[in-house]
Amino acid sequence: MAKVFIYPGTSLILSDLVARFGHRPLGAALAVREKVQTPGLDSPPLQITPEDPKKGLRYAAVEVPSGVRGRMALYGPQIEEADAGIIVRDADLAFGCMGCARTNELVRFLLHRREIPLLELTYPRSDEEGVRFVAAIKEFLAGLAGGETA
Amino acid sequence: MSPPVRIALLGCGAEYSGVMPEIYEAARQVEAEVFYPDVTLADVKAAGKSFGLDVHSADLKLMIARAEALVAGRTEADAVFIATCFRCAEAAIVRNELRRYIHEGSRLPVVSYSFTERTTSGTLLTRMEALVTIARRRALLARERQEGITLGLDSGSATTKAVIMKENEVIGTGWRPTTQVQQSADEVIALALEESGIRRSEIEATGVTGYGRFLLGNSIGADLIQEELTVNSKGAVYLADRQHGFATVIDIGGMDNKAITVQDGIPGVFTMGGICAGASGRFLEMTAKRLGIDITELGPLAMKGMGKNVPMNSYCIVFGTQSLVNALAAGNSPEDVAAAACHSVAEQVYEQQLQEVDIREPVIMVGGTSLISGLVHAMGELLQTEIVVPRYSQFIGAVGSALLASGYIRKE
Repeated sequence: MAKVFIYPGTSLILSDLVARFGHRPLGAALAVREKVQTPGLDSPPLQITPEDPKKGLRYAAVEVPSGVRGRMALYGPQIEEADAGIIVRDADLAFGCMGCARTNELVRFLLHRREIPLLELTYPRSDEEGVRFVAAIKEFLAGLAGGETA
Repeated sequence: MSPPVRIALLGCGAEYSGVMPEIYEAARQVEAEVFYPDVTLADVKAAGKSFGLDVHSADLKLMIARAEALVAGRTEADAVFIATCFRCAEAAIVRNELRRYIHEGSRLPVVSYSFTERTTSGTLLTRMEALVTIARRRALLARERQEGITLGLDSGSATTKAVIMKENEVIGTGWRPTTQVQQSADEVIALALEESGIRRSEIEATGVTGYGRFLLGNSIGADLIQEELTVNSKGAVYLADRQHGFATVIDIGGMDNKAITVQDGIPGVFTMGGICAGASGRFLEMTAKRLGIDITELGPLAMKGMGKNVPMNSYCIVFGTQSLVNALAAGNSPEDVAAAACHSVAEQVYEQQLQEVDIREPVIMVGGTSLISGLVHAMGELLQTEIVVPRYSQFIGAVGSALLASGYIRKE
């Protein structure tokens, strides 16, 4: 089983595909759900504290906006931990999105710098492209160590 | 109990900076509630095109969609708080354009703020309070004439001021550097009473503003406890006799600065704060001290000098002081150094704050620093306009408080 970083980090479809092929998806859901600091489990997602942007200094300098560093406190360790990654560019907002374009640039850069197996795809805009899109992801995941054929 | 004032939050990065609890807390303290205007995914997708600003960050698209919902009236709100990350260029563009768009397209008061992870509810409190005041006390802010005998008190970070007003005239004033908040207030009240010849028992209503407003308001039983943004705006247009139409109020304070676009005496857009003390009155105090003169002499001295002869950048008060020391060591005249210090402070305020409001003439400068003629001159040069400095401008918060407090006089 490989740890696969997904981009956009909030994509449930990508997360589900990775899990179906026997790997562990690394993304927003995992990072956020491990931080429970709100009054109730169904409270709005305010789990980030002012300490997180400081942790993000490991990935971005102090002159980088706090919102970028706060996000990097979640995604940075996952990128370091990842064995592989899937990047979907120009994704529809409904597919999954990350709110900050500067964070997105940094996340993609750090993924490339890791020199791990990476699959980069453009979001499909037709049924035909959709079929090829899923097939490419399936082939990539099956090729990773410990992968399953669904 | 009146329903809470609903403040629409247009934000980007606040959750990931860990400052959302601070924003909620500041709102809670002024009995307001923060909410996100409802929009659909289709609204977000369309936002870039309809607004004409095609940004890359999805959260900024969401901000634009929410602003469009507010201006179109699809979502009801009493006020708008725009908050984005400090140092984000893309967000700064959106923040400024949305502030202007909402101001022009609705009657909603707007304040914008760029936060870091160190932003606290205390920093946001005065801004939130001002939004609530504008939303809830429009009738009070419409007052144009002082009536009866009222006391206005302004407990500022550097100085404490008091005025006594009687039938639309200032009849007594008091001024002291702020040391112990209560003691300084007692002293200035005594001074104002003595000058006016009024007994304390004759005061019919009292208003308090400034940093020490809550402490003093409770201890002296004030009728009005109100933040300085709305009070100073009101005081400025009242003293400058510009109560109708647009005006811009600039108050360069001892600790922070305020820039407010006012319409009919009510703030529309305002910004408060300063990146560093280098852009505040504190730097001018230090300049006067280093030149060995009283702060009251700095303005006239600066008027005799040429600021352009001395390179000075007071973006940071430490570097600004270094420039000051270097300039004097290089043999520059005290006049030129004083002028350069005034220009530097005016330039910082111009660059950092005045870009966040719409400058509408007349521009009225108030607060203690408005008495520094060199600073007023420098600001006038930067804005290419003649600045209005009304009489009693240094007592602006106290005058505004006394004016508004007369709305609390109980008629027999």
